[in-house]
Amino acid sequence: MAGMAVQARELVKSFGEGEAKTFAVRGVSFEAHFGEMLYIEGPSGSGKTTLLSMISGILRPDSGTVVVEDKDIWSLTSDQLADFRLNTVGFVFQDYHLFPRLTTVENVAIPLILKKLEWNESMTQAMRYLEIVGLRDRAQLPPVKLSGGEQQRVAIARAIASQPDILIFDEPTASLDGDTGRKIVDFVKKNILNENRCILIVTHDSRIFEYADRIMRMEDGEIKGVEKGGQ
Amino acid sequence: MKGILKIAYKLLVNDKGKFAALLIGITFATFLMNMVTSMFAGILLKSSSTVINIGAKIWVMDPAVNTVQNSIPMPDYILDAVRSINGVRFAVPLYSGAALVRLRNGVYQSVSILGLDDASLFGRPELMQGHIEDIYSDNAFIVVKDAEFPKLGNPKIGTGFEVNDHTGVIVGIARVTTGGLFGVPTLYTTYSRAVQYLPSTRYTISYILVEPKSTGDVQHIKEQVKSMGYVALTKDEFMQKIANFYKYQTGVGTNILLMTAISFIVGLSISGQTFYTFILENLEKFGALKAIGARGYELVYMILFQTAFTSFIGYGLGIGLSTLLITIAKLRLPSYAAIITYRNLGMAFIMVLVIAGISSYIGVRKVIRIEPFDIFRG
Ligand SMILES: Nc1ncnc2c1ncn2[C@@H]1O[C@H](COP(=O)(O)OP(=O)(O)O)[C@@H](O)[C@H]1O
Ligand SMILES: [Mg+2]
Repeated sequence: MAGMAVQARELVKSFGEGEAKTFAVRGVSFEAHFGEMLYIEGPSGSGKTTLLSMISGILRPDSGTVVVEDKDIWSLTSDQLADFRLNTVGFVFQDYHLFPRLTTVENVAIPLILKKLEWNESMTQAMRYLEIVGLRDRAQLPPVKLSGGEQQRVAIARAIASQPDILIFDEPTASLDGDTGRKIVDFVKKNILNENRCILIVTHDSRIFEYADRIMRMEDGEIKGVEKGGQ
Repeated sequence: MKGILKIAYKLLVNDKGKFAALLIGITFATFLMNMVTSMFAGILLKSSSTVINIGAKIWVMDPAVNTVQNSIPMPDYILDAVRSINGVRFAVPLYSGAALVRLRNGVYQSVSILGLDDASLFGRPELMQGHIEDIYSDNAFIVVKDAEFPKLGNPKIGTGFEVNDHTGVIVGIARVTTGGLFGVPTLYTTYSRAVQYLPSTRYTISYILVEPKSTGDVQHIKEQVKSMGYVALTKDEFMQKIANFYKYQTGVGTNILLMTAISFIVGLSISGQTFYTFILENLEKFGALKAIGARGYELVYMILFQTAFTSFIGYGLGIGLSTLLITIAKLRLPSYAAIITYRNLGMAFIMVLVIAGISSYIGVRKVIRIEPFDIFRG
């Protein structure tokens, strides 16, 4: 088995106070490895997004630890956490969050600019990632001129532009039709996944289960089981 | 940092509608503030026109005098007393008053009359036509060719009129640097003729104009004059006193203040409001930036850059526009009272900075508070 990418131990997260207090995640432990595509699957409200957020340095858990590449991320300072997100994690948000006032290539270049690369160098590199997702000819268009599937690919190009070890997708196919969704995930598995990278995908779209290496089922803030995915 | 500011610039400028609205807000506010304060500066300057045109270094007057026009006559012995103060090179009387002139066609017109010291003609205007000695000839008056000149029927040398049942005749046409505020023509004559032709109280000297031997003597002269129960003001002090009168003792100052405040508030609300919606619209994107790994201060710089950029451009446009308008107005209307002063430019700039500051504060507060988790959850 390849190296350990993520190790989560006894993660707990609740929201609200007193009567209104609800537990979104109740003591979740799991591991994810480099070279694998791990799905987190479960009904809406089961705590998938909350779990992903705690793993990616976005949401601080009430208790428990997250170790990524031997770093206990929740013991980092907030600046170190920002660096961690910038350098180690790549996000593909459910509704992409692309800037409509920037061109497609500028959108992809954002992590590079945040890494303080020169503007021109950022654009050159961003072009390469656009090429990977097959959208080189769309570089100068604003993302709103692109189809949903194309925007999803732009979001992927932006997520991989910082060459993250861990890629996080939240419901990547939710706003795509079935065929486009499958194509995207197929593409990600073939072109984006490699042995030095771990991809975590939250979904309840069973049409893309075939691409998973493992599928972790979540319910009510707990993990109810892990299955081998795929064919 | 440069890259992130370039992103901020593009986010701002590419949103053409909002950018235009922001610019309009700041331009409008700057324009209004600059117009209003320039008009006020112009009015203040014109209210001191006699002080400027006569040009004396020191003016001696009754302490109750507020404006040049409303002089309070002083007895003759004060003139002698002033002349005998150490450090006075010379001191001369000035008559300043209003009169009613009857033109040849029977029309009455009020004028302001300045009577210059007979011996020295100190404070005389620059003549465009005629000779200054002619002021000593019978019934002689010199008319100032300013914006009010046509109200006397565009007189020429030799044109006659009546002042208080005395005959008057124009012997010269003069030019002065600053026109008056009150929309009446100005006539110059000698002090003795002014006193003789115009109704006056027991005392006749409106002002005593003093030339000190050196600037070091000014303080001493002031003290001596004060001990006589009068005040000696330098030219600048007198202008300041007149300005203060208009600012604080008439409604003008309050109104100007009000107008300035209104333009400030209008500008602030347009720009602040637009910037707020701009930030709200981009809030999720800022949150996404945060999630991706932007530091808080980078987002703050982006917002500061956006407000600073819009403010400077809006300020420039507003100043440019008001300058243009004032210039055009002055070309068409020579007596148009507005001058742009560095002080007013500075004041408008500070107001714009305040607008920018408040707008950024609103934006920064929103952006700092946004939780990337909320963005992530969608
Ligand atoms: N910021 C929040 N405030 C209150 N409750 C929250 C918040 N975020 C998530 N929750 C609750 O936590 C639970 C899990 O949410 P989430 O992780 O978004 O589920 P999923 O992604 O599986 O649909 C839900 O019951 C949700 O209402
Ligand atoms: Mg979710």
